[in-house]
Amino acid sequence: MPVLVLAEHDNAALKPATLNAVAAAKELGGDIHILVAGRDCRAPAEAAAKIAGAAKVLLADDPTYDHGLAENVAPLVARLAEGYSHVLAPATTSGKNLMPRVAALLDVMQISDISAVVSPDTFVRPIYAGNALATVQSADRVKIITVRGTAFPPVEATGGSAPIEPVAATGPAGLSQFLRAELSKSERPELTAARIVISGGRGMQSGDNFHLLEKVADKLGAAVGASRAAVDAGFVPNDYQVGQTGKIVAPELYIAVGISGAIQHLAGMKDSKVIVAINKDEEAPIFQIADYGLVGDLFKILPELEAELERRQ
Amino acid sequence: MKALVAVKRVIDYNVKIRVKADKSGVETQNVKMSMNPFDEIGVEEALRLREKGIVSEIIVVSLGIAQCQETIRTALAMGADRGILVQTEAELQPLAVAKLLKAVILEEKPELVILGKQAIDDDSNQTGQMLSALLGWPQATFASKLTIADGQAEVTREVDGGLETISIKLPAVVTTDLRLNEPRYASLPNIMKAKKKPIAVTTPEALGVDVSPRLKVLKVEEPSKRQAGQKVGSVEELVDKLKNEARVI
Repeated sequence: MPVLVLAEHDNAALKPATLNAVAAAKELGGDIHILVAGRDCRAPAEAAAKIAGAAKVLLADDPTYDHGLAENVAPLVARLAEGYSHVLAPATTSGKNLMPRVAALLDVMQISDISAVVSPDTFVRPIYAGNALATVQSADRVKIITVRGTAFPPVEATGGSAPIEPVAATGPAGLSQFLRAELSKSERPELTAARIVISGGRGMQSGDNFHLLEKVADKLGAAVGASRAAVDAGFVPNDYQVGQTGKIVAPELYIAVGISGAIQHLAGMKDSKVIVAINKDEEAPIFQIADYGLVGDLFKILPELEAELERRQ
Repeated sequence: MKALVAVKRVIDYNVKIRVKADKSGVETQNVKMSMNPFDEIGVEEALRLREKGIVSEIIVVSLGIAQCQETIRTALAMGADRGILVQTEAELQPLAVAKLLKAVILEEKPELVILGKQAIDDDSNQTGQMLSALLGWPQATFASKLTIADGQAEVTREVDGGLETISIKLPAVVTTDLRLNEPRYASLPNIMKAKKKPIAVTTPEALGVDVSPRLKVLKVEEPSKRQAGQKVGSVEELVDKLKNEARVI
C-alpha cells in the first residue's frame, strides 16, 4: 500500500520539514503520495511534485483548508487515510496539532515524533525529553505518525516529476475560525533548517543584548535561538525557543551562550554535531555535553568573537 | 460555566530519570512524583477564569493508579472544587485517556476542558486533540492567551513561526503552553481545606471504555551519551578549533 505524507507549507511555498518527513516515508516501502491541503496552494503542490521519490501529489485546494485549522483538515486526512498503510506529517506545531485529531477519528493511536524506523510497524521515539528512547510496535491498521525532522536527513527537493491529482474537499466543520497571526520576520535562516545555530539564555540579561548574538550570527550565516528561560523572561519571542517543548534542532554547529543547560534545553539540541558552550560559570551542566567550552563573560566574549570572525573572513 | 481540567501524575521534572536494567521502562519506584507542569498551568488558568466570574466550578480529573489522588489533591489545594479519579492499574495510552475523559465529560457537561499540551514523561502531545475529535468539539492547542466571551473562546497559540490567534465555539478543548500563566503555590490553609474536598472514584469498566494499549513498548533504552569535550582558553583558540579541528565554520 502507498504511504501518505502531509506537506508543510504556507500556501506560497513548501517548507523544508516536508523533505524530512518524505525521508522517513522512504524507509517504509510503498509509493509515496504527498498531500497539499490549503487555499490557492498550487505553488507548493508543484514544488512537492518535484521532490525526489514522490509518486503522486494530492491537491486539496479549498478555502476550508486555509490556515490549516485542524477541525477542517482532519476529516479530509481521515477520509484519505483509508487507502494508505501510513500517514506521516512533520512534528511541527501544525503536524502536532492536526495528526492526533486524525488518529482519533480513525480510532488508532498516533506514534509521535519518531526518530527511527525499525520496520513498517516498529519505530523509535524519544521520551522523557530525550533521556530515554522507546521502541514501540503498532498493531493499528493505519499508522499515524509525526516525524522528528532532525532524525531524518532531507530528501532532494528536485528530481521528481509526480502527477498532481485534485481531491474533493470535505466541508467546513464550522467550529473554529482563524483571526490573525503575528509571525516573526527574519532574514536569517530558519532555526530547524539552519547549518549553524547560536542561542542565548538567561545570561543575556535582556532582549537588547541579543543584538550581540545577532552580529555573530550574521558573520556565520547562523539562525538565532534561545533557552526557555530567555523566552519566559521576555527577551525574545516564543518561536526562538529550543528545547523539549520548543524546537528541536540538530545543526552542524550549536553555540550556547549564557545557557546553563537545563534538561529540557538539552533535549532540543543535544543531537547537534558540534556544541560550543560559552558561560561564566564553569560548573554549568552545559559544559558536560559541549565539545568546546569557553568560560568567561559573554559580554566580553561575543564582541571578541565577532571581531575574530571578521578578521578571518 | 463548568470547567474540567485533566491532571497527570508524572515523575517530577527535576528528577534525572533512570532506565530500568531490563529495558522494560523507566524506574518509578521511590522517585518523586508531581503534577505534569503543563497541567498545573491548566489548573491555574481555570482558577483565573473563576476569579473573573466566567467559570463557576472547576472539576479536576486524573486517570491511573490510586496515588493519582495526590495529584488531584494538589489541584484542589490550588483551589479547584472537586476531583474525579478514574482508577486503574492498566497502562493508559493517549487514545484511551481521551476516551475515558470523553465519558466523564458526557456526564459532567463542562463547557471548557483544559489539558496540558503534553506530558513530560511520554512527550506524546496527543490527548487534547484526540479528545476534541472524539467529542466533535473545536480545539485550541498550545495556548498562550485565553479570553472567553459570548460563547466563544479567543485563543492565541504558540506556533513555529510565532503566534496565531483563533476563535473557537464553546464547548471546546484548550491545551496549555508554557507562557499561558505562572501557576500559584497552594497556601497552607488551602492545603488543609483541600483535604475535605470530595474526590469521586470511578473505573474504565464503569465508564464502559476499552483501554487496551494499541502500542506495544518493545524496549526502553538510554540514548548514547555525549562526552564532555575540551575547554579552550580564548576566543582565538575557539575559532581556530572550529575552523581547523571540527571544520564547521
